[in-house]
Amino acid sequence: MKKMKLVVIGNGMAGIRTLEELLKLAPELYEITVFGAEPYPNYNRILLSPVLAGEQTVDEIILNSIDWYAENGIRLHLGKTVTRIDRTRRQVIAEDGTTEGYDRLLVATGSSPFILPIPGKDLTGVITYRDIQDTQHMIEAARNYRHAVVIGGGLLGLEAANGLKLRGMEVTVIHLADWLLERQLDPVAARLLQQSLEAKGLRFRLATQTTELRANGDGTRVGAVRCKDGSEVPADLVVMAAGIRPNTALAEAAGLACQRGILVNDTLQTFDPRIYAVGECVSHRGTAYGLVAPLFEQARVCANHLAFMGIGRYTGSVTSTKLKVTGIDLFSAGEFMGGEGMEEITLSDPVGGVYKKLVLKDDQLVGACLYGDTADGTWYFKLLREGRKIAELRDSLMFGENNIGDVGHEGHNKAMAMTESDEVCGCNGISKGAIVKAIQEQGLFTLEDVRKCTKASGSCGSCTGLVEQILMNVLGTDYSDAPTKKAVCGCTDHSHDEVRKSIREHHLLSQQEVRQFMEWRTPNGCATCRPALNYYLLSTWPHEAEDDPQSRFINERAHANIQRDGTYSVVPRMWGGLTNPDELRRIADVAEKFKVPTVKLTGGQRIDLLGIRKEDLPAVWKALDMPSGHAYGKSIRTVKTCVGDEHCRFGTQSSMQMGVNLEKMLFGMYSPHKVKLAVSGCPRNCAEAGIKDVGVIGVDSGWEIYVAGNGGIKTEVAQYLCKVKTDEEVREYSAAFLQLYREEGWYLERTVHYVARVGMDVIRQRIVNDAEGRRALYERLLFALQGAPDPWKTSEAAGVDWRQFRPVQLAAVSEGFLP
Amino acid sequence: MSAIDNREDWLAVLMLDEIPVLGARVLEGAVIGPVAVFRTEDQSVYALRDRCPHKGGPLSQGIVHGHRVTCPLHGWNVELESGDAVAPDVGCAGRLSVKVEDGRVYLSKAELAGGA
Repeated sequence: MKKMKLVVIGNGMAGIRTLEELLKLAPELYEITVFGAEPYPNYNRILLSPVLAGEQTVDEIILNSIDWYAENGIRLHLGKTVTRIDRTRRQVIAEDGTTEGYDRLLVATGSSPFILPIPGKDLTGVITYRDIQDTQHMIEAARNYRHAVVIGGGLLGLEAANGLKLRGMEVTVIHLADWLLERQLDPVAARLLQQSLEAKGLRFRLATQTTELRANGDGTRVGAVRCKDGSEVPADLVVMAAGIRPNTALAEAAGLACQRGILVNDTLQTFDPRIYAVGECVSHRGTAYGLVAPLFEQARVCANHLAFMGIGRYTGSVTSTKLKVTGIDLFSAGEFMGGEGMEEITLSDPVGGVYKKLVLKDDQLVGACLYGDTADGTWYFKLLREGRKIAELRDSLMFGENNIGDVGHEGHNKAMAMTESDEVCGCNGISKGAIVKAIQEQGLFTLEDVRKCTKASGSCGSCTGLVEQILMNVLGTDYSDAPTKKAVCGCTDHSHDEVRKSIREHHLLSQQEVRQFMEWRTPNGCATCRPALNYYLLSTWPHEAEDDPQSRFINERAHANIQRDGTYSVVPRMWGGLTNPDELRRIADVAEKFKVPTVKLTGGQRIDLLGIRKEDLPAVWKALDMPSGHAYGKSIRTVKTCVGDEHCRFGTQSSMQMGVNLEKMLFGMYSPHKVKLAVSGCPRNCAEAGIKDVGVIGVDSGWEIYVAGNGGIKTEVAQYLCKVKTDEEVREYSAAFLQLYREEGWYLERTVHYVARVGMDVIRQRIVNDAEGRRALYERLLFALQGAPDPWKTSEAAGVDWRQFRPVQLAAVSEGFLP
Repeated sequence: MSAIDNREDWLAVLMLDEIPVLGARVLEGAVIGPVAVFRTEDQSVYALRDRCPHKGGPLSQGIVHGHRVTCPLHGWNVELESGDAVAPDVGCAGRLSVKVEDGRVYLSKAELAGGA
């Protein structure tokens, strides 16, 4: 079959990103041609400011080398401006007469700086700030001249002014509005910013209109800027940075509907369905975006449709702001100005140079404006995008996410304050410098990119916030946050919720059905989605969907924990942490017989036998003759207990018995992630119930139940759910909560994150207030766990594949083991 | 498949249906160390040295998907056909020649002994 022709007008970040996404999905579908007006391959326009400031070179910001185009079979016309689109003949024609036919056309013509229509705008030395050429003009001018004026105190203008100052010029910024960055900052933050920039030597004229650019004495170039009040500012170089306009002339001439941008629908199609448009030239639902993050979201959706996958929709972006001026920390997002019906929380320390304003509406964070301390910008941005209810957080919202410290990176929570050699990712040993270097050299834009490339934050994830901050600091405005809707993995664009919903509503019973129904891109998934699908099927349709052992991580397949040397650890179950001489004797015998190198007490009140060879596992289980402890599963682990009123002089309730009962009830329960419980017999809480998924604390009149605690990467205190009287109630409420988590949690999401996502109010409503719903949940859990097999004892029922414990011995097969 | 095509050069190590689909079996006792024999959904069979190029994890214990396996220790993905780590990771697990005839899986004696 002859390939279809795809022509791209515009060789910038949006157009080329679309091609990259397209090549990932359908590398062979199109014969691709790209027209670029600039003589350079695709480069990282975001990093022009560091180039101007002398922190990077032009070569360093190239994203796709000329070779990249060749390797992907893309015909590249550099330095050729397209002048006409002939929609009838389906051709594009360039200035020099080059003509290319298309089946699909992608318009990514970007935007141009707005040139003030004032006398003198055409004088030599008057430039805009948009591309490599402009940047080189500025660098050149800084070498030969002294005075520079930047018109426009927006993001681009301030970055230009800062760069010129660093290159030794005297710089004045003339700004029409009453304060700097009026679209990103409120007046208070803007004043702090102005002070910092003034301290760097920049000068400002605010609320000032430029009326004329005057030539110098001999008329060879610009010499001064004249303001409306009649005053003049000397200027050998004038940079116009008063906004951008989408480049729509080409599209308009071709008869495509435009309105402050080329109009596109949610699939990035223009009014001619063969013609797509992405990037700064586009107007989507009335908004034209000038930042990279939204453009990349558009690129992904557009590529999806060009590849005939037809499942993505672009529904607009929420953007945030960060200025790329070294030493200045500011962040804003959403409705940071506040207004009618909104509340504000502010913290102001003018001497310390810190100002924070949070804007709330209807129990949600709708805007944030931070100056001086922006460490929590990414967190606020996340809360804002997700529209999370923040009633519970309100008291501590201002103090940020990190008032409870993460572990693993020496307590750092401010990326800016870290040195290049400070370790960010303690799991993989990645320093801040290595991450910054990767972002700059490899053109990374998202957290996912950084994870793939450097491994930072890819293991335990506790440093995710730091990596996001570093991304934001390096990329500034164009930091691309992860999309609100997160796909399960690279095999699909569907989210965990969507997958769960389809499985439930369409009664899907096998992974194959799910993958077909939801149009998976891979025939049998990957190591990320297979375990998730397997869990979703089993938890939604217990006793109906069939377990697929090959879709389980090795620990759940071998029913033991793999260790770094390939041996396994075995943890037998001790109900409620109780044991007896018989069990201890058997454990001792096993340890001797199988020469177990390490015997250790676990934090969950049991005994761990470490260093067991895989082929010995079945014999070890048999000799132990104890139930599986499931210490290897995304499942119920332990119920830790204190001694309680049977022995303890302070005990008010029988915590040991309660622990045993709970553990027996939950035996064999698989869940999105591991689940740990604890029962304490009095409020002294010796069983540490405050950091467990479900914590039960006995009081004189009954039991208090706490949920969603966590003692791991980030210590999270469990939240109070309710107080009940009877033992049966403890079982019912605990089980109902866990069943809710099992039905709605995302795979690998701990209870603390699940509860944070849906809100404690929802949990209380469904477990405490809705008695009927609670009982139904309780019954569903009991039904799911009916006859749950013990993989160590009734391994056939548990679907354990015995072949895995029998390695093929070369000596045996050499002697004719096989016919 | 390979230059060695004499019957004596190949060793039948196990039956195809003894390997779980989307799974692996381990062959022990070869000079080159443990060998993982994988079976994919489309019934292809591949053999790699059972050592992840990253930190030596047993690839035979990983999840098999498509024509790749994910190491159980730190999640590196390795191509079954070549033994190469999937980008951005770099490294190679070392592949062995395989042939399947009449439901039997054969490996090369020379390769098991550490020769080419």
